[in-house]
Amino acid sequence: MINLEPLWLTAKLALITTIILLVVAVPLCYWLSYSRFKLKAVIEALISLPLVLPPSVLGFYLLIAFSPENAFGKFLSDYFDLRLVFSFEGLILASVLYSLPFMVNPILSGLKNLPAALQEASFTLGKSRLTTLIKILLPNIRTSILTGIIMTFAHTIGEFGVVLMVGGSIPEETKVVSIAIYEEVEAMNYQSANVYAGILFAFSFSVLLAVHLINNKSRKTALY
Amino acid sequence: MIQINAYKMLHTADGNLPLDISLTFEKGQFVSIYGKSGAGKTTILRILAGLTEAENVYIKVGNEVWDDSQRKYHLPVQKRSIGFVFQDFALFPNLTVEENLEFALSKNESTAIISELIELMELQSLQHSKPQQLSGGQKQRVALARAIVRKPEILLLDEPLAALDDEMRFKLQDYILKIHQKYQLTTLMISHSIAEIFKLSDKVIFLEKGKITKEGIPNTVFAEQKISSKFQITGEIISITKSDILYVIQVSSGNNIVKVTASADEAQDYAVGQKVLVASKAFNPIIQILS
Repeated sequence: MINLEPLWLTAKLALITTIILLVVAVPLCYWLSYSRFKLKAVIEALISLPLVLPPSVLGFYLLIAFSPENAFGKFLSDYFDLRLVFSFEGLILASVLYSLPFMVNPILSGLKNLPAALQEASFTLGKSRLTTLIKILLPNIRTSILTGIIMTFAHTIGEFGVVLMVGGSIPEETKVVSIAIYEEVEAMNYQSANVYAGILFAFSFSVLLAVHLINNKSRKTALY
Repeated sequence: MIQINAYKMLHTADGNLPLDISLTFEKGQFVSIYGKSGAGKTTILRILAGLTEAENVYIKVGNEVWDDSQRKYHLPVQKRSIGFVFQDFALFPNLTVEENLEFALSKNESTAIISELIELMELQSLQHSKPQQLSGGQKQRVALARAIVRKPEILLLDEPLAALDDEMRFKLQDYILKIHQKYQLTTLMISHSIAEIFKLSDKVIFLEKGKITKEGIPNTVFAEQKISSKFQITGEIISITKSDILYVIQVSSGNNIVKVTASADEAQDYAVGQKVLVASKAFNPIIQILS
């Protein structure tokens, strides 16, 4: 019988990361799609960085930053009693940064593809930016938002490098499924590794299938 | 009285074009803006609505100043008493017809106006449909109704009828006239159709390359070049064929093909694909009623 704890931990990490990213990404994307800020391209490039950077690079820098021996880590531990290295909280922050483009990119392209007249029409009807965003813009990009949620959740489930660097492998704290597989293989426990791997494989496939089904369906009904 | 002075540099496909206008009209008037595409017509509506900023602008509606760039004053779009009908309607796809109208309602406002407009624009059977299920004419009626919900002072119509066939156009012109009178609106409409302008407007503004070149009642503005005993159309030569001793040149114009005869010498000057003007002086055309 395999230990279910890593599966549960992984799901919890993915869920919390997805919720945080949804809350962060919507205002960020709104700002990115409508602001005329000159250095916008720099910010967009920074957001997309985790797509191309090896996870170990990101993990390495986070490890350095979170370390209580350095300014940021010391500040957190002195004032908030928060230790981000080898802890679940640290894992959440690392996952949020690592999965940022998977939530931001679909929502941003959804917003950019909406006709400008929709927002303008709402303004001419006397509605504020917030009302327009909540009642008009977001409902019309719901497939993009759904894609962002699913991709973020799935991507967080699959992360390995960042988790290994920042979280290590503490049971019930930072030992997620991908780490568990690695350790089972190292211990020559191919049977358990196979079960974990099979679950991840089936899950990832279903997620991608769902995304494509949603996209095909939304193209047929053609909102925008 | 409504007064608009605006200067803005437009960046068009043909290079930079300064839009420089000074325009006044009375409350309750129906004003049309006529001109070639790219002349800056839509920009005027957008500046008045507060959707586009201009380098230099002064707008006064009645006693209220909406824009004064010298004092750096700009009344936000939301605070301007306008109804804007966009060229592509801009109905909210996630809301039904009825919800589109309800969205426009201000807080604590009675919903009586919604049912009134639904009836006036004959939208009863469509109220629970989503915009993507509607035809062009139906969308247009919803867009008009939605723009009126707040009972604005000024109604802005950006080529509202351009995408519709003739029958639908005539019907919608009547709807527009109806709401203009019923709600005592001041209406500013962009139009390419001279017939439409004659039917609806009290005043027409002729815009050419960012400048107002003529303004006044339609009769005087269009008097010189458009209405005369001379008959003329423009079109493209689609074929030149020899018939006995003459040549027949076929010119396509709009939906019609006009045949014109020419001598062999004349025919040599023409080629298929040329843009030409077909004109006739001193003739008396026949008018027939179609509908």
